[in-house]
Order: sequence, then structure tokens, then C-alpha cells
Amino acid sequence: MVKYTLQRTLYMIMVFFTITFMCFVLIRMLPLPVLPPEDVHTKIVMMRREALGYNEPYVVQFGIFLKNIFTKWDWGLSEILYYGQDVWSIFVQKLPATMVVNLYSIIWTIPVGIALGIFAALKKNTWVDYTISTLTMVVISVPSFVYAFLIQYLFCYKLQWFPFLMKGGTDWFSWPMFISMVPAILSLSFGTIAGFARTTRAELTEVLTSEFMLLARTKGLTKTQATVRHALRNCFVVIVPAIFGQFIGILGGSLIIEGIFGIPGVGGLTLKAITGLDYNIFILSTCFYTAIGLAASLVVDISYGFIDPRIRMGSKK
Amino acid sequence: MMKNDMRNEHIPAEQFAFVQENEVLHDQELQTKARGFFADAMMRFSKNKSSVIAAWILLFLILFAIFSPIISRYDVRDTDKLYVNFPAYVPGIARMNLGILDGAKTFDSQNDVAMLKWRAIGEETGMDPVLRVLNTHETEVKYRGQMVTRTTYDIEVNYYYALGMIYKTFSYDEYKALQAWQNETGIQVIYPYVDPADINGQTDTPNIWYQLDSSGAPALDKNGNFIPAYSTDTMGVGVEYDSIRIPGDDGSYAYATAKAGAVQCRVLYYNYYQYINGFEPSYIMGTNVMGLDLFCGIGAGARFSLLFAILVSAINLTIGAIYGAIQGYYGGAVDMVLDRICDVLSGVPFVVVTTLFQLHLAQKVGAIGAFLFAFVLTGWISMAALTRKQFYRFKGQEFVMAARTLGASDSRLMFKHIFPNAIGTIITSCALVIPGVISSETSMTYLGIVNLRAFAGTTIGTLLSDGRAAVTSAPHAILWPSIFLGLLMISFNLFGNGLRDAFNPTTRGVDD
Repeated sequence: MVKYTLQRTLYMIMVFFTITFMCFVLIRMLPLPVLPPEDVHTKIVMMRREALGYNEPYVVQFGIFLKNIFTKWDWGLSEILYYGQDVWSIFVQKLPATMVVNLYSIIWTIPVGIALGIFAALKKNTWVDYTISTLTMVVISVPSFVYAFLIQYLFCYKLQWFPFLMKGGTDWFSWPMFISMVPAILSLSFGTIAGFARTTRAELTEVLTSEFMLLARTKGLTKTQATVRHALRNCFVVIVPAIFGQFIGILGGSLIIEGIFGIPGVGGLTLKAITGLDYNIFILSTCFYTAIGLAASLVVDISYGFIDPRIRMGSKK
Repeated sequence: MMKNDMRNEHIPAEQFAFVQENEVLHDQELQTKARGFFADAMMRFSKNKSSVIAAWILLFLILFAIFSPIISRYDVRDTDKLYVNFPAYVPGIARMNLGILDGAKTFDSQNDVAMLKWRAIGEETGMDPVLRVLNTHETEVKYRGQMVTRTTYDIEVNYYYALGMIYKTFSYDEYKALQAWQNETGIQVIYPYVDPADINGQTDTPNIWYQLDSSGAPALDKNGNFIPAYSTDTMGVGVEYDSIRIPGDDGSYAYATAKAGAVQCRVLYYNYYQYINGFEPSYIMGTNVMGLDLFCGIGAGARFSLLFAILVSAINLTIGAIYGAIQGYYGGAVDMVLDRICDVLSGVPFVVVTTLFQLHLAQKVGAIGAFLFAFVLTGWISMAALTRKQFYRFKGQEFVMAARTLGASDSRLMFKHIFPNAIGTIITSCALVIPGVISSETSMTYLGIVNLRAFAGTTIGTLLSDGRAAVTSAPHAILWPSIFLGLLMISFNLFGNGLRDAFNPTTRGVDD
């Protein structure tokens, strides 16, 4: 198991560096932005470019890029949006907003989603099940920004329960801040609830019809006992990794939702870097999103083996 | 048991007879009708109520996308500069006074002065903008030491009539042509000129044609009528006005003023629109912030989305099938190397892929080409995985071995013998790929990472981001594209699920 984990991790790191290298080269191939000549930072940026080897072959540039990251944790300077500022410190400033909103969202959506899924599975083929399944289907199909608009129009404009945009400031856990985040949290929540409800329902209906459930009932357990002790445990083999994946995903957030509700997060920063062609921020965002994606799949993969001893990861037969 | 046995023990031999004496033994012919795989799948699909409904909705949406730009009088590139974010309006239906499609927009708390101004627009143009009064509020206000009752109204206004007059500059030829058109059709476009100096110097309020008092409210005569403030001085216009005059004009009103080699007129925009376009404004779903007819815009955007998604799916299907076939058929080291390539490609976030392709390729192959490449770069991976799995399933089976023994080549084995077995699964999964492509395409155009305005005129994503600019003042501009996209996604997914279940051989006969 440990060996398998190590193998997978190493492999993921390799994949990560391959992707980073590809994107790095493609970004460095783009024409450089013209710097404002009279700005005090221009000289610094020019010197930085020289030091980063902008005239060297791409492999050398990548080497310098990696060396700077590993020795000084230096991701370069912003050349357009935040002229002359350190990219990493800008990025770190943006991270809390994204994380807090996503955290609030998954804290309540995962239990609700699982509960709905269990409910639907237990009442299989009744109107309860049909309602939940249909709603799940509908919510998963519709892109999240469509109900973001609805929420914004209904709750922020018509009913005026919440402000239009997220409040400024850094008091992440204060009450007014929470209120201003509610529309964004709601918009992010529907998809997660539906996802978990669907997975749980599918998994639990399968487990409930398996032989050992019959055995559990035969040996005298009540339906509740059998469901809680045997069925649920088995179905959590699939759900728990998904929860881990979700938790890693909170770092990433959503580009669109952040834009709609004015959340000062990494998604907005990435989008601004893309439209403003701020390459250093873009490289950092690329690495960040790639790492999150890979880490999530890695954690999901490995946690299967840890949760369910029957699954022998990486064994040959 | 024992008793039965005893009774059957002593049966005389003559009571025995052959069952089929003088008969030929043969199997009974099958009484049931033969049902092919496709017919069976269709039968099971039609049993799934929600999928059938979804299929009908999908058909409706596709027909909408095909026909709405044809039905609409507008083109996706027709944008009106003044009818911007206007509500839905169809003149024929509006005149029936049904309360729908009448260009209604609600104005809250209109006081007496505001109501007078609405009345004035109606009186001059003959098109009363006030459709109905929703509410009347009476409030007691202390005014100069006395309690006064102030009445305010919540009204619904025909926004198209409410636009009223605009100032418009014409060349002398245009001015003449417009007069000729007026004489021909009897529709009055040019109204008597009002000099801003006569209405407290307001230059941006072409709707005011009456005298104002010092507070800017309309000044009324003893009978409660407006007192016209029309100019009578022609100021050397150069072209005579020889066309329809308003009632009460004794021929002295001026209809234009000279302006640097041209004339400026007060023009009723609703009628001027008819002069320009040849028909009254008619927007079934209203207009958005670009002044684009949403009915046409949604149709055109959906056309693009659907065609693009089908194209992307077709390309990805082909690449994925070939790639997956090679992986699955050869297995071993080939499979491993190809799988590592998939891992790397699928790890790159889609936003990054799209952005990089736009930056690098948009100059060479256009935004749409670069967008297509971005979809193709990573889109085929899931299809390849699916094909690979199917190939692993079938490649060891006897019919493949038989074909190989007969000397079939690798490619023949792959595409003539194994692939047809896997094709059902692959095709049906395509029905679920299309909505995925539409969804990502919409997100990217919404975010503005890809700008397809020049290529496709508009897309659903562009319409959504346009609509966001006025989410409070003109919610319809974002509502219609949202509803369309939502319905399209739901019905596509339900339809795809139904199709997948129906074609899935493992669930065959389970529900019967």
C-alpha cells in the first residue's frame, strides 16, 4: 500500500512537471508585453527578465524558473496587472476569499447531498425517489451560472435579502461577510448537493440489493441496523474519496461564480491575467489548477485503498 | 405419493399409444415476432417517459434554432442603437390589449408632473405610452406649512411609445426623401421643431414640446391643456417643408433647423424606424444591451452551439476511436505509452488549453479554429478510454481468433470485427458528449476568453454575458438565454441517458 502510494505520488509529480513544462514553453513563446517606459518598475522588470534568461533556450529558462521556485519560492513579478509586484504574494492574498466561500458551501452541501441520496435509495421507486432523482438530474445538467443569475435576480434584486456583490475587506468569518457570501455559496452548492445525492443513491441502491444485506436481515438485524451498519459503510467506500476530492477542489473555486458575485478570489485573478495577458500570474494559476486537479484525483485514488481493505491497490492479480 | 404410485403400477399394455405415430418430428415454429437490436432499443427507449419527453423538447429546441432566425425579421447582425434592452413587443398583439407582448415596462411612484409628461407624449404622437395604472398611492406631505395630499402612481408604460422623439440630423436629400415617404404613406415622422432655448435650455429632452414653468413642470392653460412651444422661425433651412403637418398648425411651425449644411429635426423614432426598416418594431423576446433581437439571437447562437458541438463530437469520436482501438488492441507497452500521453493531456485545465490556443493560433486560423483545436486536444480522451475498454472486452473472443486464423490483418480485425461490436456503446455516449461540449463552449464565450462575435454573430454565452450588464433593468435579456440553455442541457442529458440505457445490452430484458 505504501509502495503503491509512493509510486502514484511520484508519477503524479512527473505528470505535473511535464504539463508545467509544456505550458511554460507555450506561454514564453508569446510576444512579451510592452513596458511603460517612464515607470520606476520598468528597470526592475527588465533586469528580472534578463536574470530569468528570456534570451536563452526554453529549457534553460525552465531550469531558471524551477531553480527560483525551489530555492527562493519566487514565481516572478506581475508585468501588467499589479505592475512590479511579486506574483506569489498577490496570489496568496486572493486565496482566502475563494477558500472561505467554497468551504461554507461544501460544509453544508455534502451532508445534505448524502442525506438526500440515502433517502432516495431507501424509498426506491416511490415518488420521493423520482422527485429527488429528477431534481438531481436537472441541477446537474444546468450550468451553475444559470442559477447564479436566478439567485442574483431573485434574492439580491427582487427580495433584496443579500447584497449584489461580496463585501470588501478581509474579515472572512464575520456575519456581514457571511451574508454577502450567501448568494455565491448557494450557487456553488446546488451542483455539489446533486452530485453527492446521485452518487450516494446509485451506490446505496446497489449495496441494498446485495446478498450480505439479505444475510444481515436473516440473522435478525432490523432494517435500520442492517442499513446503517452494513449498507452505509459499504457505500461510503465510494463517497469518502469523493469528499476528499471535493475538499481539495475548494482551493480551485469557480471562475464564473467568482466573476458574477465579485469574489476577490483566484478565479477572478486568473481571468484577469488571461484577458490582461499577465503571463507570470497565468503561469502560476496554470500550475495551481493543474496541481489541484492532479492532487484531487490522486487522493481519491489512494483513499480507496485505505478505506476498503478489500481493494488492493496496485497488486498484480 | 405411495398411493399414486400403486395406481399407476399396473397399466395394461394396450392402453399405451405412440404420441406422434405417423407424424414427422420437427421443432415448433417460433410464434413470437423477431425483434432486432435497434427495434428493441427503441422499444425500451419509448418506455422511458422522461427521455421521450426530453426528446420532444429537444426536437422543439432544435427546430427553434433552425427556424427562429428565418422567421425573425432581423438578422443576428441587425442591432438597433436606441431599442436597447427593450421588453418584448409585437404590434399586432399589443393592439389587442391582452397584457402580453405590449412592450410593457413598470415605472413606480410617478408623481403628477411625471404623469403629465407621459400624457404629453401621447398627446403629441397619438400613441399613448401609458398602458395601465397598477397602483395609486396617496401620501400626506407637509408643504409650506400645510398638509397636502400627493398622489403617485405605479404605471406600466409601452416602452416603445415612451421613447417618443429624438433629435436627428439629415442631409438635404435625406430630408426631402423622408418628406416624400411621409406624403406617400401618411405616417408622420418629422414633428415641429422645438428650440431648446424655449424649453429652459434643455437640449437632451426632445419629448418636450410644451412650455414649461420655472420649476421645469409643464405649464398648462386654463383648460388644463399644454401650451405648445414649437418654433416658428425657420432660421434659413433651405429646404421647404412640404408634407404632413400636425393638427392645429396654421403653416407657421418650423419642422427643421439648419445645422452646418444639414438640417436637424425632431423625429418620432417609432415611425422613423418604419421608414428605415419598412415595418414596425417587433421583438418577440425583446432586445438585449446590443439592441439585438433576442428571438433571432438565441436561435443563431443555438445553431452555432449545436453545429459546433456536433462537429467537435464527430472529430473526437474519430480520434478517440482510433486511439482507443490501437491502445486496446495492442495492449502492453503501446497501451502504457499511449495511456501516459492521455494522463498528461487530461491533466491540463481546459481554461488554460483554450487560452493558450487562442493566444497562439487565433491569428493564424481564427478564433473559431483555435477554439475547435482546444476542444479536440483533450476532448477525445474519454472516448479513447471507452473504446479501449470495449476492445479489451472483445479482442480475446473466439470470432476474433477465427478471423485471425483466416489471415485477417490487424487493421481489418480492429475495424471490421471488433469495432462494430463496440459501436453501440460509443455512439450512445456521444449523446452525452454533446451537452458537455455545449456547456464548456458557453462558459468560455461567457467569460470572454473566446470571442466569436465576428464569426458567429452571437452565441448563447455571449448573450448571457451581454444580459448580465442589465440584470436588474432588463432581466428578460438574461432570462431567455438562460431558459434556453437550461432546457437544452436538461433535455440533452435526459435524452442521452435514456439512449444509453436503451442501448445498454446488460439491462436488456431486466424491466420486462
